[in-house]
Amino acid sequence: MGKTLTQKILEDHCDEKDLVPGQIVQCRVDIALGNDVTAPLAIKAFEDLGVKEVFDKEKVVLVPDHFVPNKDIAAATQVKVMREFARRYDVKNYFEVGQMGIEHALLPEKGLVTAGDVVIGADSHTCTYGALGAFATGVGSTDLAAVMATGQCWFRVPETMRFIYYGKLQPWVSGKDLILHTIGDIGVDGALYRAMEFTGEAISALSMDGRFTMANMAIEAGAKNGIFEVDDATQAYLKGRAKNPPRIYHPDKDAEYVEVQEYDVGKIGPQVAFPSLPGNVHPVEEAEDTPIDQVVIGSCTNGRLSDLREVAGILRGKRVHPYVRLIIFPATQEIYLNALREGILEVFVEAGAAVSTPTCGPCLGGHMGILAEGERALATTNRNFPGRMGHPKSEVYLSSPAVAAASAIRGKITHPAQIVGKEEI
Amino acid sequence: MKFTGRVWVFGDDVDTDQIIPARYLTTSDPEALARHCMEDADPSFPEKVREGDIIVAGRNFGSGSSSEHAPIAIKAAGVACVVAESFARIFFRNAFNMALPIFVCEGLYKKLKDGDIIHVDGDKGEITIEGGGERFTVAPIPPFMQGLIQDGGLMAYVKKRFVSPKVNVG
Ligand code: SF4
Repeated sequence: MGKTLTQKILEDHCDEKDLVPGQIVQCRVDIALGNDVTAPLAIKAFEDLGVKEVFDKEKVVLVPDHFVPNKDIAAATQVKVMREFARRYDVKNYFEVGQMGIEHALLPEKGLVTAGDVVIGADSHTCTYGALGAFATGVGSTDLAAVMATGQCWFRVPETMRFIYYGKLQPWVSGKDLILHTIGDIGVDGALYRAMEFTGEAISALSMDGRFTMANMAIEAGAKNGIFEVDDATQAYLKGRAKNPPRIYHPDKDAEYVEVQEYDVGKIGPQVAFPSLPGNVHPVEEAEDTPIDQVVIGSCTNGRLSDLREVAGILRGKRVHPYVRLIIFPATQEIYLNALREGILEVFVEAGAAVSTPTCGPCLGGHMGILAEGERALATTNRNFPGRMGHPKSEVYLSSPAVAAASAIRGKITHPAQIVGKEEI
Repeated sequence: MKFTGRVWVFGDDVDTDQIIPARYLTTSDPEALARHCMEDADPSFPEKVREGDIIVAGRNFGSGSSSEHAPIAIKAAGVACVVAESFARIFFRNAFNMALPIFVCEGLYKKLKDGDIIHVDGDKGEITIEGGGERFTVAPIPPFMQGLIQDGGLMAYVKKRFVSPKVNVG
């Protein structure tokens, strides 16, 4: 029986052969990640074990990003726990404010993840690295503690669902729209416990940034991981960046898939997820004219340079609607610097946007843009659960950066084609 | 594993932000988390829950964040076990790692209302409602995960099997 990408990677990281879905295996882990919400718990559990060293100083990555720059005393204390742990155990990859970024944008950028890796992170969006052809999945703090001590983690070998995208993307349609459409189609538990393997001509044509966005939201369909085959675009991205050589796998022709979904991307327009589930997806036209109080552009889903460029293209020479607060947070320091050099940040500020240092901040209702009761936001993030960005009775819609930028100008959810090339409305 | 307790019934897609809102995640103290357990799904839950109660829910319980604060909050609130139609993946894993017993059971939650008493028999693989004859089947827990719960969670498991007294121990 042929094997899927995920099966092949797991098999090369454990002592067993011919893995079958449902089997529980102990795998060697290449990168183990924690953030300021999850690492302190892991650190406590790790220290309770009484182990003297982490399994590999290069392979543990600690990124305080959720409540930094420290939101309050409790947040400062959490980060202090991480910082002191990193110094005491000589953890090489600890990223301080000023050098950091949102973890899932930062790790690929720093070359810490490469193709063929097994990556675990105590954060659900760890699945982002599947864009690089790695097996990457979110775990809990205790798993992270166990991996920091042993370098190993237990996994249930997942079934794989294959998603084939053919045709050519329409204008204003991005990886975000493809993944929103897919989650809308299969539901928020449509891929529960499974691997999502993304393929097809539209995927080959997609930028790495677009692939990161798609892999990032695999968890929103309940998946264990999302994964892409390595191609020239992946190799070009990894070249000169990845610290370790890639290990490239391809799924067998006769690999077993529990389900195959096909989409003609030519039929997919900009998509919007309505409150309060990422699977409550509709074409943007159905959301049009919904007034919004706040627009948030950024996060590990859509805070990369190409996202910011697209937003700047729409905002240039225009003003944010007077009833809207537009908050833009580039995902990493490098992205921030490049956006600065390209004049993108200037465009944002001139349009009337607030530009933030990299942080998760508003994405999880942490700080830097909390919603009051009854307020409505449109965000390029990945989750719109009740209360996600503030008051339990506030609402979040999800979209691509292009839709978010256009909507910030009109003060209502808007198809970008309504704004671009037209006089201010 | 056997439990008898009063149930609190929730619907589908109860995500981790409802189990423990992200605004409280600046602490990892179980008692502090328990005070806000299920608050965004039912604001009165932290006051009314008692030791030994059981949470029963629909599909995809625990979706959302990977934080273990969710099973920790539930355990610290005194909940004995959670029964749902299905669980979100990371919650499923975290629950076993934290030794919070969870059971997948189809069709049960629609038959229950808050305050009903159920008997969960994890060994026989069945659940019965007090005062009613109907039996519900519970999916078996794989042996590896039973081991995790018996050891008292993943850290105890690691301690027992990986951390030998000779190597690496302070
Ligand atoms: S940006 Fe949002 S989704 Fe991404 S890691 Fe931060 S809180 Fe999580």
